Amino acid sequence: MIEYDNLVNPTIKQVKPSGIRKYFDIANEMEDVISLSVGEPDFHTPWHIREAGIESLEKGRTRYTPNRGFAKLREEIAAFVSRHYRVDYTPETDVLVTVGGSEAIDLCMRCVLSPGDEVLIPQPSFVCYEPIARMAGGVPVTIETKPENGFRLTAEEIEEKVTGKTKLLVLPYPNNPTGAVMRRGDLEAVARVVEKHGLLVLSDEIYASLTYGEEKHVSIAALPGMQERTVLVNGFSKSHSMTGWRLGYACGPKELISLMTKLHQFAIMSAPTTSQYAAIEAMRGGDDDMEYMRGQYDMRRRLILDGLDKLGLKCFEPEGAFYVFPSIKCTGLTSGEFCERLIYSKHVAVVPGDAFGACGEGFLRISYCYSVKHITEALERMEAFLQEL
Amino acid sequence: MQREQLLELLQDDAKLTAAQLAVMLGEDEHEVRKAIAQYEKEGAIRGYHALVNWERTETQKASALIELRVTPKKDTGFDEIAGRIMNFPEVESVYLMSGGYDLAVTVTGRTMQDVAMFVQKRLATIDGVLSTATHFVLTKYKDGGVVFNRDYEEIDERGSNLCD
Repeated sequence: MIEYDNLVNPTIKQVKPSGIRKYFDIANEMEDVISLSVGEPDFHTPWHIREAGIESLEKGRTRYTPNRGFAKLREEIAAFVSRHYRVDYTPETDVLVTVGGSEAIDLCMRCVLSPGDEVLIPQPSFVCYEPIARMAGGVPVTIETKPENGFRLTAEEIEEKVTGKTKLLVLPYPNNPTGAVMRRGDLEAVARVVEKHGLLVLSDEIYASLTYGEEKHVSIAALPGMQERTVLVNGFSKSHSMTGWRLGYACGPKELISLMTKLHQFAIMSAPTTSQYAAIEAMRGGDDDMEYMRGQYDMRRRLILDGLDKLGLKCFEPEGAFYVFPSIKCTGLTSGEFCERLIYSKHVAVVPGDAFGACGEGFLRISYCYSVKHITEALERMEAFLQEL
Repeated sequence: MQREQLLELLQDDAKLTAAQLAVMLGEDEHEVRKAIAQYEKEGAIRGYHALVNWERTETQKASALIELRVTPKKDTGFDEIAGRIMNFPEVESVYLMSGGYDLAVTVTGRTMQDVAMFVQKRLATIDGVLSTATHFVLTKYKDGGVVFNRDYEEIDERGSNLCD
C-alpha cells in the first residue's frame, strides 16, 4: 500500500476545492432544476467563427503552431486591444496566446512570484487566484472590497495590505462575481499606489467586452506608466462565447512575456491550433457579434435587477460581466443555507457568495447567461421561496 | 424609445409583457404600451402567433412551396394575380420573386393530395398563370428563426465546469 499522502506536494493537497461544486452536484441529481449558476455564455460561438475552425480542419491544419501562437493571430490580438482598449503592443514580443485566460494567470503568477512573495487579491473574485498564487509558492493576501464602494478596489485598501514583500496586485475587473467595474478615476488612484510601491499588476480583463452603459472598459495598462507594470489577460471565452475552445492571451512587457512564453513552451507547447484559426476570424469579424451579445446581456441584466428589487433583495447595480450579486442578509440566512434551501425546496441553483471569498458571505451570485424565459421562471420560484421563509 | 429593439424583442418572443419589455429596454411601461399600440395601428406589427411544429403533434399537415410563372397584367403588373391567390385560406404566404419564376406561394393542407388538388384546381387554372411547380416540404429543420429538428435542438451542456 503506497502512502500517497507522503509522496504528494502538501501545498497542492491543502488547496481547497472550488466552493461552487456542491450545488452543481445537488442540481445534477434533480429533475426540473432551474439553474442560474453557470459562468459561461448561453450563446453559441458565432457561426462564421466556428466555420473558420472547421475550414482549418478540412484543410488539414492540425499541427502545432509557434509556441507564442500564430503570428497572424498575435497581430490581430494587438490590433483588437489597440482598437478597443487603446493600449499598443508589439505582436512579435508582447503577446502570448494561451490555453484560456486561466493559463495566462497561472503563467504570470509562476513567473513573477518567488517563495514568500505576497500577492494582493481583491475579493469577492474568481476562485482561481488564491490557489494559483499558493501553488506558485506565493502568499495570497486578500483585500475585502465593500458593497458600499460598489465592490471597487480603493487605493486605501491596497495601502492597508501592502508590505515589503508585496510583489503583485491582481485586478479582476469587470468582476466575477459582483459585476463591479473600475472606471478610469478608480484606476488612476490604484495606479498611483502601484507605482509608489513598485508593484506589478495582473489585470484579468476577461469580461472587458461586457461593460454596460455609455462608458467603455478602461484597462489599467492604458494609464500613463502602467503598461510596463501590467500583464493584461484576456481571452475569447466570454467576449465571443468560445469557452470550450480554451483560448486566451496575455499582453505585457516583453521581459515578462518572454519568461511566460518559456514556461508555456515547456508546459503547454502551443495553444490549440483549430482554436487559433477560429480566433483569427473572431478578431477580424467578431466585433458585431460581441456588441450584439453585450446588448442581449444588458437587457437581461436590467430584467433580473428589476426582479430582485421586487423580491426585496438589495442589489447594487453591476456594470460589467454577467452576474448580479444580491445581498440576502435580510433573510437572516447564511449564503450556504439560502442556496441549500432554495435548491431543495424550489429546485433553483445559485452560487453562495462566500465561494468567492469569505467577504462574499451574505450574498448570492446569480448568473444571467440564460434566456429571459428561464430567468423569469427562476425569479418566480425565488419569490415563492422567500414568501415561505 | 429604441423602436427597432422593441420590435426585435417582440419578434423573438411575442409573449413578453409590456412591463418586461420596459425593464429590458430601460423605458417607461406606459411608453412601451403606446409604442406597441401605434405599431399595431400602423400595421408594422401584423399579428402574434405561436410557432407550431405540427410534426410533433397528432395532426397531419402537408406543406408545399409552389413556384408560379405568370403573365403580368398591363396596368397592375403582378399585384392583381397575387391578390387573387392570397384570397385562398390554404395559402400561407405569397412572395414576388426575382429569378427564374415570379410568385412563390406556400400552401398547407391536410395531406399532400389535398395540396396537389388545390394547385391543380385552384392555382393552375387562374387566368395568367403560365406554369406551376410544386415542391413538397419533407421536414422542417428550422422555421421562423427556431430550430425544429430534434437532433439540432438546444441542449444546455453547461454546468460541468466547477470553477467559473
